[in-house]
Amino acid sequence: MTYLAKPKIHHPDLPKNALGFTRRDYEGAISTLCAGCGHDSISAAIIQSFFELDIAPHRVAKLSGIGCSSKTPTYFLGNSHGFNSVHGRMPSVLTGAALANRDLIYLGVSGDGDSASIGLGQFAHILRRGVNMVYIVENNGVYGLTKGQFSATADKGSKSKRGQVNSDEPIDLVLLALALGATFVARGFSGDKTQLVPLIKAAVAHRGAAFIDIISPCVAFNNHPGSTKSYDYVREHNDAVNRLDFWPSREPITAEYPPGGVRDVELFDGGRIRLHKLDDDYDPSNKVGAMTYLESRRAQGEVVTGLLYVHPDSGDMHDALETVDTPLNALSDADLVPGNAALAALNASLR
Amino acid sequence: MNPTDIAHPDYFHKVVDCQWACPAHTPVPEYIRLIAAGRYGDAYMVNWESNVFPGILGRTCDRPCEPACRRGRVEEGSPEHRKASAKPEPVAICRLKRVAADYKGDIRGRLPKPPTARNGKRIALVGAGPASLTVARDLVPLGYECVIFDGDRQGGGMMRTQIPKFRLPDSVIDEEVGYILDQGIEFRGGTRVDSMRALLEQKFDAVFVGSGAPRGRDIAIPGRNEARKNIHIGIDWLSSVSFGHVTSIGKRVVVMGGGNTAMDCCRSSRRLGGEQVDVIVRSGFDEMKASPWEKEDAMHEGIPIHNYLVPKAFTHDNGKLTGVTFEKVAPQKDKNGRRQLVPTGEPVVHFPCDDVLVAIGQENAFPWIERDLGIAFDAHDMPVVDKATMASTRPDVFFGGDAAFGPKNIIWAVAHGHDAAISIDLYCHGESLAKRPPAHVNLLSQKMGIHEWSYDNAIHGDKRYRVPLKDKVIALKDIRAEVELGFDLRTAYAEAQRCLNCDVQTVFSDKLCIECDACVDICPMDCITFTVNGAEPDLRTRLMAPAPDLEQALYVSAPVKTGRVMVKDEDVCLHCGLCAERCPTGAWDMQKFLFEPAHADDRCHGKHASAVPVEFAGLAAE
Repeated sequence: MTYLAKPKIHHPDLPKNALGFTRRDYEGAISTLCAGCGHDSISAAIIQSFFELDIAPHRVAKLSGIGCSSKTPTYFLGNSHGFNSVHGRMPSVLTGAALANRDLIYLGVSGDGDSASIGLGQFAHILRRGVNMVYIVENNGVYGLTKGQFSATADKGSKSKRGQVNSDEPIDLVLLALALGATFVARGFSGDKTQLVPLIKAAVAHRGAAFIDIISPCVAFNNHPGSTKSYDYVREHNDAVNRLDFWPSREPITAEYPPGGVRDVELFDGGRIRLHKLDDDYDPSNKVGAMTYLESRRAQGEVVTGLLYVHPDSGDMHDALETVDTPLNALSDADLVPGNAALAALNASLR
Repeated sequence: MNPTDIAHPDYFHKVVDCQWACPAHTPVPEYIRLIAAGRYGDAYMVNWESNVFPGILGRTCDRPCEPACRRGRVEEGSPEHRKASAKPEPVAICRLKRVAADYKGDIRGRLPKPPTARNGKRIALVGAGPASLTVARDLVPLGYECVIFDGDRQGGGMMRTQIPKFRLPDSVIDEEVGYILDQGIEFRGGTRVDSMRALLEQKFDAVFVGSGAPRGRDIAIPGRNEARKNIHIGIDWLSSVSFGHVTSIGKRVVVMGGGNTAMDCCRSSRRLGGEQVDVIVRSGFDEMKASPWEKEDAMHEGIPIHNYLVPKAFTHDNGKLTGVTFEKVAPQKDKNGRRQLVPTGEPVVHFPCDDVLVAIGQENAFPWIERDLGIAFDAHDMPVVDKATMASTRPDVFFGGDAAFGPKNIIWAVAHGHDAAISIDLYCHGESLAKRPPAHVNLLSQKMGIHEWSYDNAIHGDKRYRVPLKDKVIALKDIRAEVELGFDLRTAYAEAQRCLNCDVQTVFSDKLCIECDACVDICPMDCITFTVNGAEPDLRTRLMAPAPDLEQALYVSAPVKTGRVMVKDEDVCLHCGLCAERCPTGAWDMQKFLFEPAHADDRCHGKHASAVPVEFAGLAAE
């Protein structure tokens, strides 16, 4: 952390997006996290993504629970809506908000403690319901705010800063999300923004439950030899199955690619993901294949990153509930209280 | 690119744009910090060590430092400026120097004492201007006996005779020239040197020529001779005004020329009875040699500047000047792409006037140097002088200031003086002039603790403060009343806080870096990039923000763990230290780079005989 506010002054040639904003306009307050925290890099990647997507900040709602990760929404999108909820309860607040106003873009930010321990139940149900959102877990494998105890995602056999060995099986949130029906599942690394930023952009464009597990080293408590979530370990064991570029629907694809090893995925709104295969055998549309691959690589201590699974035509919670297109919070009293005749008709239909 | 050699003194020196641009390499951010800390005496001594005349230069310097100032490049990106759509402006470096001089208190106890023992060497200095005074100041404490000759009774040279008193009061000259003359220098005022041969016969160990460029260029157009009574050469007229020989001028005055002398002439005329004063310049407004602020000051006093007019003739009636005619010209590119002034064909313009001041340039004049003494002169009748050593072709004769390379300004004369003093010292000890002593360099971490730095790293958004001026009506009544009032202490503090502390360097250690990206994310100016190495032109396009200014260096590290390199564009760095604050491993550190150019007393036997660089002696002594 720092006591000094980041100067408002910026590079004279800083580019502007279609809305006339610079990247700096998407920043929040200055971070109070430890120097070198991976979470700060994720905040920077989120800032970059929303800047590049030309999204007006007031169209975004960022929600979080408790923990280092859940503090970070203060540090990005300073002009967006925000809700800092109870520990592990971000998913229910997000679900409620998404039900009430389907027009906003929902960004849930959580950590491995918030989502894999106290909030595991809520984590499961928001994915099951297919809430249209981006759910980011900033995963560092430790409880940083309470001085570095193992979290539920810490690998079995990995060591704490003081040398204790973790004896519990880890929860792999990516495998869990796949099993629970998330329709966009990815894993990133806070130390690789060139991979992470397109992942976040594509997740925002995806309609349905998008989940990104981001390995984010805790410099204070989990960046030592013996840790499997340190900068060095993740860099050495990073098995990136693909790299991607993302184009919003209105932009033509301009870049040129060498032939072969490229696969396009068209999203609901016409946006396109172009995947550069790094692993020829990996197919992100095959859920069972993905789960098998992830499990086998994990057994070898590898960290699989990239876009792991995507089902572009998936519906979301509003489709399942057959809600009206108008956000519920925008309906008038007359729409919400249609009167006795309507009630009688409804009752009659159920007899 | 190869890793940057930050151990080379030039690398970090160049990042301190103001100091690099200053001919005397004054440690600008160092003295500005001292002003902000209220240590005006210390700030003055830092200046005095390097530029000898802080009070004088704080009013009159040509300020090469200010166009170089980084603040002028970064302010465009500040919210305050976007709101006001104001022009980005450098720190008022020059006027802060005056603050140090105005509020320093009594610093006489900190000046070198007249030496108790002499080294037996005698040096003659011709002219008592800034160049000679600098040479004497550097040499006297080493035991040299210095004798300064000047045709005027008082020391100061052109600083006293050519700069109007409303810009530079006599009291300031008396004080700062006095500091030097009081060190035990023999000043022979009123003794003009008419023959170099006669001077050399007096068996001095070395002679320094700092006699300036004393001859104003004349103009040869019809009517010059007939109307000569009312046509004056600018610098001669200014010195007559300065000595009180001239106390009035006609109501309508035409000043020919676009340099700073022209500005001094027109503003002086306004104070001696000139009601309609016109400055008429051959070139365009932007090409004028006068400093922008001097043009502003003239226009502020109701003096119009007319451009693209070439003088054709003086009109006169019975030996009395009636005016000047001018031909209108326009700039045009010729076949070779060179800019030329071509007559527009419009009718000539006539400016009726009572007096004309000709300020179209100055020339050197050495009628007093016999040409058979071994001192070579070139085709332009200028002495052949070595740019680094200031030596002439005769081993015991040195030149400096305007006398060496033609008219420049005071700060250049000071820089020449320092170099000449080193050369004279080497020469008098029988050593090669090429054996220049190295500069003093010190690089010291500014980290005091967590979040604590020994400099004020917050970036202030304030726009440049204006120096308050004396009311125009009062100022124009008295030619000796100083126009600029100088900053008060509150404004001086605010202006000092605009300085970015560019001498506090961002020093990177590739061994400690874990590539967490914290510095990249926090840098407000997008200066830092981790990327695959490449050739410089390629790298410059691949950074977080493009770095097109080739004058500004890229700081490239050795490869970090992933094989990439850290590349930092020095151009727009705010030196805020956030990279170092956010670095978890201390791979970034903020280190103050203090560069003190060598002076004559550094030459191996001097006070800094040790190889370890030290803070300024003036500061250490306190």
